[in-house]
Amino acid sequence: MASGRSKGNTEKWIATILLIVGGFIVSLPFLWMITSSFKPESEILQMPPTIFAENPTIQNYINLFTNMNFGVYLRNTLIIVLLSFVGLFLNAMAGYGFAKYDFKNKEKVFYLVLATMMIPGQVTMIPVYLLLNEMGLINTMAGIVLPGLAAAFSIFLFRMFMATIPTDLIEAARLDGAGEFYIFFRLIMPISKPIFAVQGILTFIAAWNSFLWPLIIANDESLYTLSVGLSLLKGQYASNFALQMAGAAFMVIPIIIIFSFFQKYIVEGFTTSGLK
Amino acid sequence: MLNQLVKGTVRNRHPFIFIAPALVILILFSLIPIMIAFVISFTDMDLKGLADWSNISFIGVENYANLLGDTVFHKAVYNTFFYVVIGVPLVIFFSLGIALLLNYGKNLVFTVFRAVYFMPAITNIIAIAVVWGFLYNTEYGLFNYLLSLADVDKIPWLEHPVIAKLSLILLAVWKGIGINMIIFLAALQGIPNSYYEAAKIDGAKRWQILFYITIPLLRYAIFFVTVTTLIGWLQFFEEPFIMTQGGPLDGTVSMALFIYQRGFQFSEFGYAAAGSFVLFIVIIIVTLLQFKLRKADDEI
Repeated sequence: MASGRSKGNTEKWIATILLIVGGFIVSLPFLWMITSSFKPESEILQMPPTIFAENPTIQNYINLFTNMNFGVYLRNTLIIVLLSFVGLFLNAMAGYGFAKYDFKNKEKVFYLVLATMMIPGQVTMIPVYLLLNEMGLINTMAGIVLPGLAAAFSIFLFRMFMATIPTDLIEAARLDGAGEFYIFFRLIMPISKPIFAVQGILTFIAAWNSFLWPLIIANDESLYTLSVGLSLLKGQYASNFALQMAGAAFMVIPIIIIFSFFQKYIVEGFTTSGLK
Repeated sequence: MLNQLVKGTVRNRHPFIFIAPALVILILFSLIPIMIAFVISFTDMDLKGLADWSNISFIGVENYANLLGDTVFHKAVYNTFFYVVIGVPLVIFFSLGIALLLNYGKNLVFTVFRAVYFMPAITNIIAIAVVWGFLYNTEYGLFNYLLSLADVDKIPWLEHPVIAKLSLILLAVWKGIGINMIIFLAALQGIPNSYYEAAKIDGAKRWQILFYITIPLLRYAIFFVTVTTLIGWLQFFEEPFIMTQGGPLDGTVSMALFIYQRGFQFSEFGYAAAGSFVLFIVIIIVTLLQFKLRKADDEI
């Protein structure tokens, strides 16, 4: 038995060491991005490269806002994040409708919703552009946000979670004279906090990272998001790698901070969402 | 009769009020577009057609016929299968391997590294492209510098058609591990400990437990990951779009990138729609094939 345990321990040590080495390799691009972003332009092209900046500077980060319009891009990105939370709310409402009401052809309608998950983005990309063009929504914030507001997978997860809420609870509230919307806001939403947390983080990440649709719809720089701005920077300052790294770090670090606070919920969310 | 229907709907209006907003958006931006895509794939719709619908004419299957003879499209199909055949097995191998390692323990080290391996999955693709573009730079990149320490010549990471494809795969595997690793980890934690204990009592060795207990029990997770990863990689787009714009010599053009370029750079909407339907059909066939294979596998 004792030898069995020590064998298990050795294995655990090997696993730990492998994980640490692999983890270092995986995070190497992040580490390089952060250290490079503090190097002045003269140092970044130096060969052999320095690991840490010899003359650290935050000038690159300042240049993002003075040479480029990163302030505007940040504002637009935050607007998109806020509006996609409206979408999250719509998905929650739909999930509740499917979970706790009975109506004719409910399952058929639900399958229709699920079917939209299988359609590849490339197929709908062109028609959605043409539709938005007919609606006069090209080059507007509404055109950027509207097509992505509802998401079948999100509705599916909300339905799964809300189906577990006891119907008796809702019936009791109805007997007490509560209206249907009052029930949703005051009873269902507080109970559903865990699923809202998971979906909220995923929505934030997706909106913060949104790139292709803003690129297609926005013609004016005043509507660009951080991602679009960063790809513009990559083109305009092709050889100023320090500035590029600062731009990338500015996009990535908020996500990493938010993720490290909430990673428990994200992982649990995947675990409980039936992806077993 | 109609009156009754309206009254009934008003009385039971609540489920509709809850569902309608999301449903309308899904119908408008997912279901109707697929019908539009199908129709315009048989037309010569372009910028002139966009300005005035009378400029659009039906040309039958000409777009599809042209695709058959388009050498760039041939390259796009070849490259897409190159990405899928090399990339998908790598993603599954690494995400399963890392999940198995992470499953060894539950202490802080394991929690921290779970987060580290997941990080690339949530990182913005443009930021990734910018950082990797620097790493891959032939003159000033970190990769070539590290290789020069081992006396390896400079590698043209993004300037050679085949090497560029492999470079993009490396980047996409790095990004693709995270989410699948979490799915495998969730499945691993769902395996009851008693199975392992019973195997140990029967004197099973480590590798026997792995191949005869763990992996068979992960069958559903492996199937799920394979299907979703394959669908994702068939739509390989952002990496070549940002890092190489499909070059050099169309060496990295994927089907999805071909569709985007035809649609939004050349404004050949009809032609691009036809291309997108070919991609859609490929995805459906591959997915159905997998379900079929899985059924055959279950019967054994």
